[in-house]
Amino acid sequence: MLDYAWLIPLFPLVGVLVNGLLGRWLGRRVVAALASLAVAASFVAALVMLVELLGLDPESRSHVVPLYRWIVSGDFQVEARLLIDPLSIVMALVVTGVSALIHIYSAAYMHGEQYYERYFTWLNLFVLMMLILVLGDSFVTLYVGWEGVGLSSFLLIGYWFQREAPAKAARKAFLVNRVGDLGFALGIMLIFATFGSVTYADVLPAALSGLMTPGTATAIALLLLAGAVAKSAQFPLHVWLPDAMEGPTPVSALIHAATMVTAGVYMIARVHPLFEASASALSWVLWIGGLTAFFAATVAVVQRDLKRILAYSTISQLGYMFLALGAGAYGAAIFHLMTHAFFKALLFLCAGAVMHALDGELDIFKMGGLRQKMRWTFMTTLAGVLALSGVPLFSGFFSKEAILAGVYAQAGLLPWLLGLVTAGITAFYSFRLLFVVFYGRSRGERRRAEAAHDPSALMLVPLILLAVLAIVGGYLGLPHVLGLGNAIEAFLEPVFAGTTLTGHAAASSVIEWLMIAAAVVVVAAGAGLAYWLYLAREGLAARLTKGAEGVHNLLFNAYHVDTVYTTIVVEPLRSVGRALSETVEVMGVDRAADGLAELVGALGTGVRRLQTGLVRNYALGMLAGVVLLLGYFLARILIGW
Amino acid sequence: MVPGEYYLILSAALFVTGAVGVLVRRNPLVVFMSVEMMLNAVNLTLVTYARVWDDVAGRVFVLLVMAVAAAEVAIGLAIIVALARHGISADVDEANLLKG
Repeated sequence: MLDYAWLIPLFPLVGVLVNGLLGRWLGRRVVAALASLAVAASFVAALVMLVELLGLDPESRSHVVPLYRWIVSGDFQVEARLLIDPLSIVMALVVTGVSALIHIYSAAYMHGEQYYERYFTWLNLFVLMMLILVLGDSFVTLYVGWEGVGLSSFLLIGYWFQREAPAKAARKAFLVNRVGDLGFALGIMLIFATFGSVTYADVLPAALSGLMTPGTATAIALLLLAGAVAKSAQFPLHVWLPDAMEGPTPVSALIHAATMVTAGVYMIARVHPLFEASASALSWVLWIGGLTAFFAATVAVVQRDLKRILAYSTISQLGYMFLALGAGAYGAAIFHLMTHAFFKALLFLCAGAVMHALDGELDIFKMGGLRQKMRWTFMTTLAGVLALSGVPLFSGFFSKEAILAGVYAQAGLLPWLLGLVTAGITAFYSFRLLFVVFYGRSRGERRRAEAAHDPSALMLVPLILLAVLAIVGGYLGLPHVLGLGNAIEAFLEPVFAGTTLTGHAAASSVIEWLMIAAAVVVVAAGAGLAYWLYLAREGLAARLTKGAEGVHNLLFNAYHVDTVYTTIVVEPLRSVGRALSETVEVMGVDRAADGLAELVGALGTGVRRLQTGLVRNYALGMLAGVVLLLGYFLARILIGW
Repeated sequence: MVPGEYYLILSAALFVTGAVGVLVRRNPLVVFMSVEMMLNAVNLTLVTYARVWDDVAGRVFVLLVMAVAAAEVAIGLAIIVALARHGISADVDEANLLKG
């Protein structure tokens, strides 16, 4: 049965082809149903593969499905093959499962938009590329998916391409990702140069065999890390993600929260031996992740735009996953990737429902009091917020606990503290969002606020299903200290078995209990502070903002990273471009082209006289030619030229 | 038997007459006739060599040239008629629209 794994990417491919080529004539219902069914079928196929995998011994849970020979060029050979193992199947399930729900939600959310079929074509294209990314068995297939999801992300951010902001955001996302992709491509080339192969099965076991010099190892790992940092929006290449919120909200939920941005996490988890082979690469991952988590969380605290809060929250949570990867807690990272996919997709879809109800309002301080009017949306958002903050018994709690335990055991106190503080800030901004949007009195236009209502069933069902997942998803990975077994880490164990890092059994159960207690206290403190500032003492937050305007502005502008880039990268490049276009273009290229045209024109003017239009002149010309030719031949014969 | 050179001289004279006629005369019909004269001068050369070298190929060529000449007559007359419709019947130099 595992040999039928090619069915998983096949369904979205069919969706892309049918909707892309015939969508205009199919009608909206058919297009939406087809796209959703394609992804749902793919999910079912992945589920079957999971059941098949579970039926095997843990050691033999890795199956390669050959498709065809793709590239043959001398020593360089790439087979198109799928790799079905616990890691890829978990990713495939998360991708197709969340996608299917978001496709259904989109059918209602995008109702009334122009280019409906185009939207679903691109959404299916994204799913296809993401599946290639996670199911491929070599760095080259990984790269194909990597670029493919970048392309569909670009297309979907710029879905409203007639407006300036989305078009600019799409371009920015693409360009920032190119910076990382360059590193990623160089990394793959270096891998081929070093190992003579690009297949995981060849490269990964060889990575720890001492084949590489320490320098090469670090170079490969850091180049790959550059790709991951750009794709997963980690500092300093995170700037594209907040802008990407210009895309439709379901796209933000799917691509820029749940799936695509986690590609970097998947990649590092997949190729972890390459990172372990280097002395310093994993600590780079750890510190980039930790700092990004902290930095983005602080930015999220002061944002007013509903989707931007969630965007910075996503960056922060991705930082959390990098933190786990850097500590070698790969299982915890993938676990958090999964729970985050559930609750962050849920929160984005809830944001979409709120925007829908309020005519696209995004400023949370113009919302408020929506609790009664949007009961279902409120309850699902509550589930998302509880999961995101890491309130005990909700999914985020378990996955954050796994990460913090892993980080403490492997990387020590300081990164752990960073994670802990971030958890507190996360709780604060999540509850701030909840309180400001759903509690208190309405601060927006009265007419709008009174018309607010829950979305239609088509949007509500995905919300409820995701809310259920956000609540129960965590029970797949219970903390070790409970002794009940950690299903997901046990399942992923074979993939990460080769790790040279010791497991995080190091922490004694007392310490683990203490850590859980600390996390709970910090989360409670964050939530309580949000309650105090935004509900109990209304207006206090505004006064605080006034009082600390400098800090507020620094955070609100995300530490001015964008400004820095504009000053040191964009503006210099732009002035170089302007200078070139004013000098080289005008003086050089234009001059050359014009000069050539003038030369030809002058020649033409001269030669024009020959064209008299008189038939007899042409006849004379012919005669003269014949005479000359004859003369030439005669001369050859007579004087032996 | 008349020697071949005589025929060749006659043929050359005919050809030059024709060529000069094409170049100096302006009446389209006369130009046209001069073209025919050149063609027939060539034909005469061909049959002359056919006889001198006792080779049938020259005669076959003559037949081909005649066929082409017949086609050329059709086209040439059509052009002359077309010119006449545009009011050009006495002077081909009036047809100079292609002047550069």
